[in-house]
Amino acid sequence: MLDLPLIWAALIAVAVLLYVVLDGFDLGIGILFPFARSKEERDVMMNTVAPVWDGNETWLVLGGGGLLAAFPLAYSVLMPALYLPVLLMLAGLILRGVAFEFRFRARNRGRKFWTQMFAGGSTLTAAAQGLILGGFIQGVAVEGDRFAGGAFDWLTPYTLLVAAGIVAGYALLGGAWLMMKTTDNLHGDARRWTLTSAAAVAVLLAAVSLATLFVHPQIAERWGLEAGSGLTIDWAALAPLLAIPALGLAGLLLVVSMASKGSHRWPFVGALTVFLSGYLGLAVSFMPDIVPYGIGFREAAAPDNALGLMLVGTGFILPLILGYTAWVYWVFRGKVTPETGYH
Amino acid sequence: MEFDALLLSRLQFAFTIAFHILFPAFTIGLAAFLAVLEGLWLWTKRDAFKTLYLFWVKIFALSFGMGVVSGVVLSYQLGTNWSEFIRLTGGVIGPLLAYEVLTAFFLEASFLGVMLFGWKKVGPRLHFLATVLVAVGTTISAFWILSANSWMQTPAGFEIMADGRFEATDYWQVIFNPSFPSRLVHMLLAAFITTGLVVGAASAWRVLKERAVTGWSESRIALAMAVGLIAVVAPLQLLAGHWSGEVAHKLQPSKTAAIEGYWETRADQPLHLFGIPDREAQKNHWQVSIPGIGNAIQNVPKDEVILGLDAWPREDQPPPAIPFFAFRIMVGLGLLMIALGGVGAVLLWRRRLFESRWFLRFCVAMGPSGFIAVLAGWMVTEVGRQPWVVYGVLRTRDAVSPVTAGEVATSLLAYVVVYSIVFTAGALFILRLMAEGPVAALAEPAPRQDRAPGSPLAKAPEDTTPGEDL
Repeated sequence: MLDLPLIWAALIAVAVLLYVVLDGFDLGIGILFPFARSKEERDVMMNTVAPVWDGNETWLVLGGGGLLAAFPLAYSVLMPALYLPVLLMLAGLILRGVAFEFRFRARNRGRKFWTQMFAGGSTLTAAAQGLILGGFIQGVAVEGDRFAGGAFDWLTPYTLLVAAGIVAGYALLGGAWLMMKTTDNLHGDARRWTLTSAAAVAVLLAAVSLATLFVHPQIAERWGLEAGSGLTIDWAALAPLLAIPALGLAGLLLVVSMASKGSHRWPFVGALTVFLSGYLGLAVSFMPDIVPYGIGFREAAAPDNALGLMLVGTGFILPLILGYTAWVYWVFRGKVTPETGYH
Repeated sequence: MEFDALLLSRLQFAFTIAFHILFPAFTIGLAAFLAVLEGLWLWTKRDAFKTLYLFWVKIFALSFGMGVVSGVVLSYQLGTNWSEFIRLTGGVIGPLLAYEVLTAFFLEASFLGVMLFGWKKVGPRLHFLATVLVAVGTTISAFWILSANSWMQTPAGFEIMADGRFEATDYWQVIFNPSFPSRLVHMLLAAFITTGLVVGAASAWRVLKERAVTGWSESRIALAMAVGLIAVVAPLQLLAGHWSGEVAHKLQPSKTAAIEGYWETRADQPLHLFGIPDREAQKNHWQVSIPGIGNAIQNVPKDEVILGLDAWPREDQPPPAIPFFAFRIMVGLGLLMIALGGVGAVLLWRRRLFESRWFLRFCVAMGPSGFIAVLAGWMVTEVGRQPWVVYGVLRTRDAVSPVTAGEVATSLLAYVVVYSIVFTAGALFILRLMAEGPVAALAEPAPRQDRAPGSPLAKAPEDTTPGEDL
């Protein structure tokens, strides 16, 4: 018998990770928008993602829809708990999503407005996702299978720190993506942006990682730390996990060394590695909780017949989706220049 | 009426979904129209079809973008505002929504990129395939979401466990629940008609502006296609609507009673043409009726009893005024659409379509009528379902999230502001394109670069004024 809840927990975790890195770089481009030199630079920046952003964002819908379908209890507790940050995220997504078409249609003042909406909406989305992540890590008050906390539980110094980290992280992905997809002056600018965001990510990632250890005893315990009378370290628990921060550090070093050399592809690989490391770190801290702290993924899972029905289709369709997504990226491979002029 | 989280959540859902439905209602038909245009172009090699494609795909891109972003809102709003609904029924309808994402959203989103930006990257046949896949995706999406909606209207194939959660006993019955086939047909036809009316209005507007044109201009071709479509589909829609009504009569009798304005349970019901339903008084004011034909309209014998709203305690009655009026608006517009199709077909047949200025003006006036009819139809079906979120099983008031009125008021206000900006801008861009028409909209600066060999189509660049730094 298949362990359906476990398979679905893994599938949704992968969908969310794919979302974060895929939409991460196109949100990052919005975050970097204000730093571009000219309208032409911004046109090219937008054109590097125009054919794929919609597909990227669909992973967010799959993450949400998958959580709804496979773990309805988790979805129904987390969404009300994160009501306002989810609203901020959606408002940001709307404004930056329509900006792709609107900015090219608009004239003069209108174009300026939608340029700002693209930048502002992307940044707002990233920050709101940071607040959502932070609110999730902090844990959610639950009573009798329902959210039982207040409207602003998600707003703490810790969640603001995480929000800053996500904005910097997406800027890093966006900068590295642009290094891969652009030429000439814009490539040079992208390199500068990548290096600056890498520095910000290094500081914020370290700060968030340390702060996270103190958010809840469960996390500290997972990482072999116990702050009773003085700090005791359980090396047997900690040692194997050190591979995760080491991976993040390696990713950052790859970004910095390769971006300094002006490499086109490696900084992006490095940025992906940094995100993978952060994601694994969280996964280790939470498994098997799907609503921290207390609701496990098995408890939150939909009935087996629902999970089974979905798995049958997913088994066929997901490889297909991955296949044609890869094909679309392949069709739009290579550098984007002002002459590419999709619009 | 107290503005609590429940009422505000209902208002917010109504607002966001009404805004959203406008775009699928248009893009389902428009995607199919684009696939037909591109197919005709590949087949006949007539440039007019290519011009029409390149023009309408711009409008498609704008509408689709707005549809996507307003759709993402809905997938999260179920959790933020209706978490109890999902907690209790997620095990039943969750898979339907998940399948919508897997089978439709990815298909649409991925191939949309190729459709809009792939002219110079893939060959014409592959590009055509992308257009077709986007059109197929929009239809698959309608399939799943209407299945989920229909299940809320006529739930089947489930049982309720001891803790109140729903579990499916038979997903086939869940998906193909009794009101699903009629509702799917009704909605898809509505989408085609809505698109036909918009294409017809925009094209009629251009034909009105034409001077001394002989033969088939692009706008004339599009107008003839739109009129032909409406002439065929609008009468079919009358039958599909009637089918939907029969299903409601059987399975959601309180909805039928509200639609018809029946307060009294009796045989030989009249047909109320007009009236003002009053929930307090439990009767209609200013009633204008034709006695003796109500049963025939419902397709039941004259001596059969049809339930009136008095068959339910007041707390189980739907609010009657909205379904009653919305239904009459929908049907009235539907009859006008049938007239448009019929008259247009006759004029086309007699080769007087493009000279009959009164008819062209009628087409322009009818442009938005599809949207209005779709919204009215959804109000009939959704308000008519009240006070239930899952008809007869789960009350709307038991489905709402444990959130505060303050939060919901904030989000409702935010959505009103954001959607007003987005909708105004989007509508303006679309109307501007329509006013220019296919030829002028594409005749802007000549292509700046060579077309790749093997790709006969190059997307015309935009009106980018050089030296402008915004």
